Amino acid sequence: MIQLRLETRQHTPAWLRLALPLFAILATLVVCGGLVTLAGASVLEAYSKLLLSAVSSKFNFVETLVKAAPIAFTGLAVAVAFRAKFWNIGAEGQLLAGAMAAAFIGGRGALPGWSLVPLMLFSGMAAGAAWALIPAWLKTRYKVDDVVTTLLLNFIMFYLMMALVDGPWKDPLSGYPDSPDIRMDAEFPILLGGTRLHLGVVLAFVAAPLIWFLMRRTTAGFNIRAVGESATAARYAGINIPVVIVGTAALSGALAGLAGVGEVGGIHFQVMAGLSPGYGYTGIVIATLALLNPLGVLPAAFFFAVIITGAEAMSRATGVPVFLADVFQGVALISMLIAILFTQYRVRLRR
Amino acid sequence: MSEILGEILQVGFFAAILRIATPLILATIGEMFSERGGVLNLGIEGIMLLGSMTGFTAAYYSGSLWLGILAAMAVGALMALLMGLLTVTLGLSQHVSGIGTTLLCTGLAFFFYRLIFGQPSLPPNVEGFQVAPIPLLAEIPLIGPLLFNQFTLVYLALLLVPAAAFLLNHTSWGLSLRAVGENPRAADGAGVSVAKMRYQGLMLSGMLMGAAGAYLSMAQFNAFTFGVISGRGWVCIALVVFGQWSPWKCLAGALLFGFVDALQLRLQASGVIEIPYQFFLMLPFVLTIVAMALVSRSAIPPAALLVPFRKEER
Repeated sequence: MIQLRLETRQHTPAWLRLALPLFAILATLVVCGGLVTLAGASVLEAYSKLLLSAVSSKFNFVETLVKAAPIAFTGLAVAVAFRAKFWNIGAEGQLLAGAMAAAFIGGRGALPGWSLVPLMLFSGMAAGAAWALIPAWLKTRYKVDDVVTTLLLNFIMFYLMMALVDGPWKDPLSGYPDSPDIRMDAEFPILLGGTRLHLGVVLAFVAAPLIWFLMRRTTAGFNIRAVGESATAARYAGINIPVVIVGTAALSGALAGLAGVGEVGGIHFQVMAGLSPGYGYTGIVIATLALLNPLGVLPAAFFFAVIITGAEAMSRATGVPVFLADVFQGVALISMLIAILFTQYRVRLRR
Repeated sequence: MSEILGEILQVGFFAAILRIATPLILATIGEMFSERGGVLNLGIEGIMLLGSMTGFTAAYYSGSLWLGILAAMAVGALMALLMGLLTVTLGLSQHVSGIGTTLLCTGLAFFFYRLIFGQPSLPPNVEGFQVAPIPLLAEIPLIGPLLFNQFTLVYLALLLVPAAAFLLNHTSWGLSLRAVGENPRAADGAGVSVAKMRYQGLMLSGMLMGAAGAYLSMAQFNAFTFGVISGRGWVCIALVVFGQWSPWKCLAGALLFGFVDALQLRLQASGVIEIPYQFFLMLPFVLTIVAMALVSRSAIPPAALLVPFRKEER
């Protein structure tokens, strides 16, 4: 009788690290194809819209890059945090914190115009980091589970934002609960005329290699990875674990905060309810598909930007509900988790 | 101040606490079973949402609310089976598997709701559960209207607590479940199948989470909306910690949360305090975090929680 057996791998070949995400995406396309058929549409037609509308014109391509920026930042935020096994499911709330700080600073009349953009970036990072410090502090000081607190803090930040934009911070010129627009000087520079390709997109592309360098080539990065690999070994090596956790949380929160700054400075120029359609959670999917490698976050973020923008076009053309994009993210995360098993184990046939 | 007290000290207010606490009791007890077996089921938020959608849809088309509850429990069990495949059979990270399950269930709930109902200007609704007063008992002053003039599901949720305590602490099944959650190696040595017990704990949790979601769309709101769960599942995860993995303490936590939620609804409606209503919505979440900070140091989770078990590895 032939038996399937899992054997532990000594090391993971490099080609496998590239093949696994592709395999996971392929599996996801197959599963979601079933749903497309169930919705009564042709898989070929729906998928050509889903996957190709993002690259069908120069404008659409740039729009996809713009969509990729916030989820690249939240993906980086999650990748950094998960390395230290700090389960930051709170990028969503940290993004909103960053966005609110940017919208607040961007609307100050007393500040000189040239200082607005740098101050927005700085305050957005600080706000995101501060919001992430709460669960880190609760985890290190009171042993409160970080998953639960980061999740609950997302809801608290959202309601806080809505309370403000529906109350003292409401735009007097608007009938909707949203904040006043930021000043013209605070709007991010546009890099390509006639598009929305703004400074934040470039920052995302610069941040990824920087974070890669930090994680791979510096002591701080080494400490973060050591704490995640084995807390016991890290302790014996003399690493101050609470300090590393708090630092990781601050870095992660700052990155998620930048996602919010970009959305305010480059796209919406204000904060309102629909600012983030779950970008924080998409960051988890992206970081996992990138195997927590900051450089891998960029292509993963671009791919999910393709799916998110493509789903709209697919829905208009074929009637398949736009929420296929949400199912896609869930299936992709689960497929990738299963695929990652092959980095640790190899399947052997045994007679 | 007396106005606020006037709002609170009414039988209707206490009855509202029980109604609000019911889905939390169901899902929290469910999560407790899963965790006592050693698996953190973070699929809870998504399973509740999918249960809510499935239950509503089944009831809408069959005309039977109880068939809706059954459908919600079935789909909850199915998704728990997926959690089991990922965390028990494959031994993957329980954190990420749970988030994946929640994302998948959320996507499926939205996808199928849109596919089945389209985008009507008026959301479809069902004639929800009616209160089922228990004869004679409902006539008792104070206690009657509070405890015995409720939805049948409220009675069932309250009965679930002693049943769960008995099952967990006084049956061999409960002993096995606790054993695989505390020391799977020893349990395996004693001939208990770790995988089987963990699957059973998970599926029980999935059924209860599905029912909890269905309660929201068929007894509390009588319609399905995308925001029907809005964080209640995550609160239940916190309530299990707060309840220190014991059914009675979990009930206490759920009632406390029900109290805060009922209070914020009353205060919102009364307009006694003039602050934005979003602060009231935020209040239960803030208090949940504070409560967790207070108990977490003394709360001892099942020893094997989050740890996958592989029989061949020593």
